[in-house]
Amino acid sequence: MLQIKNLQAKVEDKQILKGINLQVNAGEVHAIMGPNGSGKSSLASVLAGRENFEVTGGEVIFEGKDLLDLSAEDRAREGLFLAFQYPVEIPGVSNINFLRTALNEIRAYRNDPPLEAKEFLKLTREKQKLVEFDARLANRSLNEGFSGGEKKRNEVFQLAMLEPKLSILDETDSGLDIDALRIVSNGVNKLRSDKNAFIVITHYQRLLEYIVPDFVHVLYDGKIVKSGTKELALELEERGYDWIKEPVSTEPVN
Amino acid sequence: MITTTSLYDQLLAVFQERDSEQQQDWLKALKKEAFNGFEASGFPTIKNEDWRFTNVAPFLKDPFKLQPANIPLHEHRNYGAIPGLDAHEIILKNGLLNEDVAIAGLKVTPFRTALGQPALQNYLGKTIPLKNNGFAALNTALFQTGVVIEVEKNAIIDKPVRLIHVYNAEEPFFVQPRVLIVANGGSRLEVVETLFVKGNEPVFINTVSEIHVAANARLDHYNLQVGPSNVRIVNFTQVDQSGDSLYNNHTYTLPGISLVRNNLHLELNGSNTESHLYGLYLTGGNQLVDNHSLVNHKMPHCMSNELYKGVLMDESRAVFNGKIFVQQDAQKTNAFQQNNNMLLSDRAVIDTKPQLEIFADDVKCSHGSTIGSFNPEALFYLKTRGIGEIAARNLLVNAFAFDVTSKAEIPAVRNYIDKLITQKMAEAYD
Ligand SMILES: Nc1ncnc2c1ncn2[C@@H]1O[C@H](COP(=O)(O)OP(=O)(O)O)[C@@H](O)[C@H]1O
Ligand SMILES: [Mg+2]
Repeated sequence: MLQIKNLQAKVEDKQILKGINLQVNAGEVHAIMGPNGSGKSSLASVLAGRENFEVTGGEVIFEGKDLLDLSAEDRAREGLFLAFQYPVEIPGVSNINFLRTALNEIRAYRNDPPLEAKEFLKLTREKQKLVEFDARLANRSLNEGFSGGEKKRNEVFQLAMLEPKLSILDETDSGLDIDALRIVSNGVNKLRSDKNAFIVITHYQRLLEYIVPDFVHVLYDGKIVKSGTKELALELEERGYDWIKEPVSTEPVN
Repeated sequence: MITTTSLYDQLLAVFQERDSEQQQDWLKALKKEAFNGFEASGFPTIKNEDWRFTNVAPFLKDPFKLQPANIPLHEHRNYGAIPGLDAHEIILKNGLLNEDVAIAGLKVTPFRTALGQPALQNYLGKTIPLKNNGFAALNTALFQTGVVIEVEKNAIIDKPVRLIHVYNAEEPFFVQPRVLIVANGGSRLEVVETLFVKGNEPVFINTVSEIHVAANARLDHYNLQVGPSNVRIVNFTQVDQSGDSLYNNHTYTLPGISLVRNNLHLELNGSNTESHLYGLYLTGGNQLVDNHSLVNHKMPHCMSNELYKGVLMDESRAVFNGKIFVQQDAQKTNAFQQNNNMLLSDRAVIDTKPQLEIFADDVKCSHGSTIGSFNPEALFYLKTRGIGEIAARNLLVNAFAFDVTSKAEIPAVRNYIDKLITQKMAEAYD
């Protein structure tokens, strides 16, 4: 589904990503861990198409297409989704109106007709239930005045609505209490299938008890310095990150 | 003074001719005073502080006639209807009301007829400044057409009244309509003013509205400035509010009309009044839209709230100038004013100046203005959900305008404005 080869990127003349290799296949969940400032959000930003990041080397193939060649909106329409670490508040744009626009723009890209009002409503209800998202929030302005946790849950609600092929969750667990964490994880688990894939960026092993990853990678200083299975997350929890700060492999995993 | 000799000479000649025919002393005196006011100041120039950013000279250059072309206006019947708006209609063709209008609770009189009624003396030209106010003075001196709308005491008008201004632009035309609205005590009226222009020649509309809102009356006044680029509008609206009255003004200006200058003056003559001024200007092309407002708090316990939002595209220019005076007796005043702008083009220009002058000590007042553009974070967020550039900008502009458009209490008007925003923004990308 996704092949990242030797990806390098900088922002404001600062090299942030220094040669990332990663392969994600359909049906897999990959966790990316690593200390603050190591470049996890930057990797997510580059994949999603944030403009202030400049790709200085490498390539990214998504479903056979050169991802870096596509605009941010076309990446989304091709099936990429980023759940933001810090979702933005947009006063005056209603959550529902925004989702209807998004869904219909994605459908238009695929030459599907816009959803009928009734179908859209049905889908909204279904997904709200799936991720236990409060209907009152769905009708408010996009993220305006939402608590940190509500914003994260809104990200997962959007994910459920848009049904992407590849979802990147950037610290979706931070700011969530244990109940919210369980709800969000349950939602994600229900959405998992052998057709889609997830990259879960997190600080804490805790989330990975709920969303069990197939692979765990450690990102440090713009490079993946260690890859393994879910046991690696446990080891990191016990030993911290210090022991891992030298790269062991720059080869693609799998 | 502007050297549009032919227009100026025509105006002078017409005044002298009409002056000699004038029957009623009070009206003759008022018109004389007004014309003197116009002669003294002439058309405003950019040397006038209130017109610094708005040069009207280029808009007055055409060979205007003071009479409309002798071509009948077609019976369009709906004259650019607002979809879904269930309203009474008052149609002014080239300023003239030429059919009887029967609306329960309303007395609708053509100005020609009303001028013969002595009661008009109590309202006409009573409070409007005639010095240093060239356009309004000129209208007062020369207007012949327009309408007087009187809401009976305690009458609640069941539906909005759409006041449709239809103009013939088959030849260059300088027109000066007049509107007088008297909302008597305890009455309630919603007025929606719209414009329909036929033909492509320049039309200069110098209009004056006088509005009196009596005690416990409520008037909701919507002004939709949507029209083609051969139209230029200078509008002076004078609102006099008695104690315990409520006046809401919603002014929407969209791309099209090449010059719009709105002067909106509120005189708060009694205590416990409430006034809301909501404005939205979405400008495009090389349009110039200038909103000047003045709210004069003279009595205690009054509340005024002004919110104007502007979205500027292309090479358009906009001006916002809001004055609030809180006089010495106006204790416990609440007066708020805010002007926010979004510049969507680096060729567009906004000049904004909120002004607050307070002579009382126990008041709550605030004012401010902002100029910004799209929030890049918000744009990126929308795009990551598959929303393209145009749709994303559109959502953000609608969101920006929301604080103003959501205040429209007539759903059809609200929907119409929302749709126009979307449509005009899409056109700007073509
Ligand atoms: N817009 C930016 N401008 C400058 N530096 C940035 C920007 N975004 C991220 N960085 C820098 O890039 C590095 C990686 O940040 P980030 O990707 O957010 O790390 P993580 O998500 O792993 O905590 C940090 O040193 C951060 O300061
Ligand atoms: Mg981060």
